[in-house]
Amino acid sequence: MNSVAGPVPAIALSDIDKRFGEVRANKNVNLTVASGSVHGVVGENGAGKSTLMSILYGFYEADRGTIHIHGKPVSIRSPKEAIAVGIGMVHQHFMLVEPLSVIDNVMLGAEGGAMLAKGEAQMRAALAKLAEDYGLVIDPDAIVGDLPVGLQQRVEILKALVRGADILILDEPTAVLTPDEAEQLFVLLRTLAAQGKTVILITHKLNEIMAVTDHVSVMRRGEMVATLKTAETSPEQLADQMVGRHVLLDVSKGPAKLGPVRLSVENVVIRDAHASLRVKDVSFQVRAGEILGLAGVAGNGQSELLEALAGIITPTLGRITLDGQDLITLAPTPAERRAQGVLHIPEDRQRMGLVPAFSAAESMILGFQSDHEFGTGPLLSAAAIAAHTAKEMDLYDIRPRQTSLKTAKFSGGNQQKIVLAREIEHQPKVLLVGQPTRGVDVGAIEFIHKRLIALRDAGVAILLVSVELDEIMSLSDRIIVMCGGVITGERTPETTNDRDLGLLMAGVTERAA
Amino acid sequence: MSTPIELPKWADVSLVPILAVIVAFLVAGLVVLGIGENPVKATLLLLKGALGSGEGIGYTLYYATNFIFTGLAVAIAFHAGLFNIGGEGQATMGGLGAALICLRFDFLPWYIVLPLAILGAMAMGALWAFIPGYLQVKRGSHVVITTIMFNFLAATLVVYLLVNVIGKPGLMSPETRTFAASAHLPYLHEALAYFGIIIPKSPLNLSLALALLASAFVWVLLWHTKLGYAIRTVGHSPTAATYAGISIGRITLITMAISGALAGLLAVNEILGVQGRLLLEFSSGYGFIGIAVALMGRAHPVGIVLASILFGMLYQGGTELSFEIPRVTRDMIVAISGLVILFAGALDGLIRRPVAGLFSRFLKSGV
Repeated sequence: MNSVAGPVPAIALSDIDKRFGEVRANKNVNLTVASGSVHGVVGENGAGKSTLMSILYGFYEADRGTIHIHGKPVSIRSPKEAIAVGIGMVHQHFMLVEPLSVIDNVMLGAEGGAMLAKGEAQMRAALAKLAEDYGLVIDPDAIVGDLPVGLQQRVEILKALVRGADILILDEPTAVLTPDEAEQLFVLLRTLAAQGKTVILITHKLNEIMAVTDHVSVMRRGEMVATLKTAETSPEQLADQMVGRHVLLDVSKGPAKLGPVRLSVENVVIRDAHASLRVKDVSFQVRAGEILGLAGVAGNGQSELLEALAGIITPTLGRITLDGQDLITLAPTPAERRAQGVLHIPEDRQRMGLVPAFSAAESMILGFQSDHEFGTGPLLSAAAIAAHTAKEMDLYDIRPRQTSLKTAKFSGGNQQKIVLAREIEHQPKVLLVGQPTRGVDVGAIEFIHKRLIALRDAGVAILLVSVELDEIMSLSDRIIVMCGGVITGERTPETTNDRDLGLLMAGVTERAA
Repeated sequence: MSTPIELPKWADVSLVPILAVIVAFLVAGLVVLGIGENPVKATLLLLKGALGSGEGIGYTLYYATNFIFTGLAVAIAFHAGLFNIGGEGQATMGGLGAALICLRFDFLPWYIVLPLAILGAMAMGALWAFIPGYLQVKRGSHVVITTIMFNFLAATLVVYLLVNVIGKPGLMSPETRTFAASAHLPYLHEALAYFGIIIPKSPLNLSLALALLASAFVWVLLWHTKLGYAIRTVGHSPTAATYAGISIGRITLITMAISGALAGLLAVNEILGVQGRLLLEFSSGYGFIGIAVALMGRAHPVGIVLASILFGMLYQGGTELSFEIPRVTRDMIVAISGLVILFAGALDGLIRRPVAGLFSRFLKSGV
């Protein structure tokens, strides 16, 4: 056992074993977390980190193994018992009642009697004290639904602290945050640790681990493979540990062989359903054999732009052309765009790119369901679809290789590979790519990046929308940045850096000297 | 967050519903006990009434035929994410469609009148579901609301027509004249007698074959055609459907029309098969129970056929039971059906969770 803890660790898990049917999700897992530290747990999707944390928080009971909290053996059979021993959890998807106020949300489940007045007064006092101790300032009477995502997350943290948590588990906390909000969260986590709270951070973003944790534990296929001091490791080493082989974090790509202009966007204006302006007069071009990166904080018009290019929404004004032909009049619908060779890997694969309830084979033909390849006349040929899917699964190494398995049962990376395989295999002229590696594990990220580069080298025009600056920087041949619905600047990866792009993303258009 | 309940497919589609029915009967037994009757005797009488004689079986399958049509109607709409509660009205209009054809054309031979009348029933049922579908697509009025309202519209429209236009004068109740023999769909006992096979008389007619054909049609449509793929995509994920280039409005209209046509087929069993004339309220609640049938059959044609037979047994066995034990009234039978719906539909988790628990324990000790 890798012991990195002080005399009495906040958490000591020993020999935790958990089986779901055939799958052994945790195999004799040991984990020791020092009191007053920030401890990262990393691993690919399905490595067993969520299972381990669910055991710690009482969602599941371990088949074997013991849990010690501050040196005392405990048995945790429900979240209620976890809270009782001082464990709080902040879920990736918030458990908040949006129409209620902050104080109502914090109080929910701890009202202290039938009448609210007394409990509310106590809660206000508790919130005031937390604001003082940790700088967790928030208006208790604000409506949660009106708050930005970063502050909603703060409410979740407050909920845990108010209930006396001194061990805080955060599950992928930055997945929904802007880089700025993430930075604030890290400051808060460091403050909490400095004041003696213990923080467990589950993530697969290695730069976050490097930025904020004291120790990091790596899980792979249900096993704890390493626990390291963060200062003594590197992202490369962690990535290799997670995947179990050497991974290239940096993408290697040759110079672009630019062809003619494929996709041209001219003065496009988009209003949403509520008639508010999402995209204001945007123009750019993408050439064959080029990856154009579109950077920006989520919600600044990139999603609408992508959907307009894919034919899902119609721009209010402006022109979109493919090889000089007007797509808005010639091919107004998603099906017609697809027929023209404009293919789309959507930002939200769960809601748009796939149907989670469908089998992998059914998801593999989404958008191409009318192709003759998959059945003559009105009929669909299950055999043809399964054969096609099996072929794609081999080509893109989609696991498990079960064409009839429900799409929802595949890991994020494998789901994304289903979308990728489907779109790439239908010979795009233009490929619209939204957040290709969101919620995708390291091994699959490498694979997806390589495929996109290969596609670019084959002469496809690629528009890459991503909130991950690293991804934009390493894949793009040219970068444009959007803020508030307008393009605030254009750069090349060689002539810019994170800070420069960050300023453009914030709408500061003067070039940083 | 709760543990997802995963069961093998066979347990999901057969074990859980069977257990639900058993639990429902146990609770219903308590009710029978409460009025001072013997629940075991009542259960046996019910089973005997439903399955104990050729005539009983005939009646059971005759009722089941109605449930298959309305159950399929609800199920196909459900697969597109639509809740069609208008089976009653669509069946009523189906009756009108069949009757109008028969009244006008029943001088023609059966092989012309019957297909026309069946198409008439489907067309009117389809129309009565298409309009709410259209209102949802174009005007945003929800089909749950409009299909309910269309039930009332269908009922009043048919009353008006029977009283003022197509009804036969001089009768106590508003109904049309009896159609000519060419517009009569043969009873099964008649059809089999033609081949020399003698079975007891019952209202069971060739509509049962049509119902099974419709079930097969729905199965092929949903899982083996491009249209079915589009319907299921819209039902599971409207955003994914839009992305895939599927028009949600178009699918809504088509699905509602198919759903209504299936509900309209109920009239083939009742009007062409049994009554031989159009009368009031022949749909008598089948449209609503179709919702429970679809729910219990997990919106799958095979499940719907089985659930329909179960409800057919309850209808027929219940009638016999209230003959034999007058203290067990028709209302009690309705209560028992209600319990079956409750346990098989609404309280599904009550059965599913312990079964899933047993399964996971069994699997764990198995490896």
